[in-house]
Amino acid sequence: MADATPVRVVLAKLGLDGHDRGLKVVARMLRDGGMEVIYLGLRQTTSSIIDAVEQEDADVVGISMLNAGHLTLGPLMVDALADAGLDVPVVIGGIVPDEDLPTLAAAGVAGVLGPGSPAADVVACVRAAVAGRGR
Amino acid sequence: MAPVADRTVPELVAAARGGELRATARLLTFVERGGDLAEQVAEATHRHVGNAHVIGLTGPPGSGKSTLTAVWTIQLAEEGRRPAVLAVDPSSPLTGGAILGDRVRMAAATAAGVFIRSMATRGHAGGLALAVPGMVRVLDIAGFDPVIVETVGVGQVEVDVTAATDTAVVVVTPGMGDAVQANKAGLLEVADLFAVNKSDRPDAVDVRRDLELMLDLSKLTGHGRPDAVARPTIVSTVATTGRGVAELADAVDSHLAALLNAGLLEARREVRRRAEVRSHLEHLVLAASAAAVEAAFGAAADAAETADEPPGVTARRLAERLLTNPGS
Repeated sequence: MADATPVRVVLAKLGLDGHDRGLKVVARMLRDGGMEVIYLGLRQTTSSIIDAVEQEDADVVGISMLNAGHLTLGPLMVDALADAGLDVPVVIGGIVPDEDLPTLAAAGVAGVLGPGSPAADVVACVRAAVAGRGR
Repeated sequence: MAPVADRTVPELVAAARGGELRATARLLTFVERGGDLAEQVAEATHRHVGNAHVIGLTGPPGSGKSTLTAVWTIQLAEEGRRPAVLAVDPSSPLTGGAILGDRVRMAAATAAGVFIRSMATRGHAGGLALAVPGMVRVLDIAGFDPVIVETVGVGQVEVDVTAATDTAVVVVTPGMGDAVQANKAGLLEVADLFAVNKSDRPDAVDVRRDLELMLDLSKLTGHGRPDAVARPTIVSTVATTGRGVAELADAVDSHLAALLNAGLLEARREVRRRAEVRSHLEHLVLAASAAAVEAAFGAAADAAETADEPPGVTARRLAERLLTNPGS
């Protein structure tokens, strides 16, 4: 088992939002980028995501949001992880207006990926988020 | 409490034994990665194991293993037990990445307090055979019981991993030509019991009949697990409604009781321990030989002498040189 250890990423839809096509595409991009994707799917809560991060010893969390809830749920996720004592970065994918980016960055969101992000950008963003913490 | 990253392996083991999930999860990561830390974990855990009933669950993709496991483990948790699931899925051979989707169907189990760990096969098959027993040990010392190892029953290693448990459950379904197909793959021979899932489908009776016939034949030829305690039980289940899952749980418990009664549990665990030694030995020897093969092959690749002979002959000549003169 001399291979470099793959990045382990938990992917979830946080909150009430039934559109998971984007998340499935991202899952595939990250897999093809050599990562291990622990896919949680629809209607997750901060606590169900934290359970998964804890048990899977994950390196990073990716949440997908197409319901305009990012300003509420993004910081909520970051804070919930911090409160749980988990030093795990959060990347948001979905429809996020440019003017919200500084707010999310200030709240501790490690990266935001908009619609149409190329696979290389998605993988690079997640890798950068992981590198930013170290473990 | 210090973050897990700042603690030593013995500290993490003590914390895992005290029920700290995060310490357990980090130990699982160490074992999965292999190397020095994995050996430290093995050193710190191997004397404390043996309390968990280790169950292998395997079957073809789409047979309902995760759904079945979710319903089953929720029932176990409601009875006050502490089940853990190690869910193994294949890595992509091309990129090394994997999509581990078992938690999607096991969300309710997570909510019920079941510990679930997803694991990718990470390329080389030998790694799985090395990592799984070590990860089961970690879950065992952390107080989980039973520990269910769920694999897709498609490869020899997955079959071996399933066989190397106290109780091996094989899930089959109607409509997939299973009885014949799985017979070929050797999957059915390792089963201590069968779950015929999706039993609400009319052709489930055919699967049951095929299995009974297969077991009759095994009895005739004497071909089956040498350490079987009884003819494997066949349980009909419908994982999506929960039908038959309580019966499955009872059958699994009964199998453990039968192993204990017959004095076969320790024998089975000894076989498992020896198989693990063998896996480690193979891994070490393969790793050592890989470099030698590269060197010998490199020397031959540019030699014009290889052009005129069949590849097998070239290989034999190189192997002879390598084996009679291993230092060069």
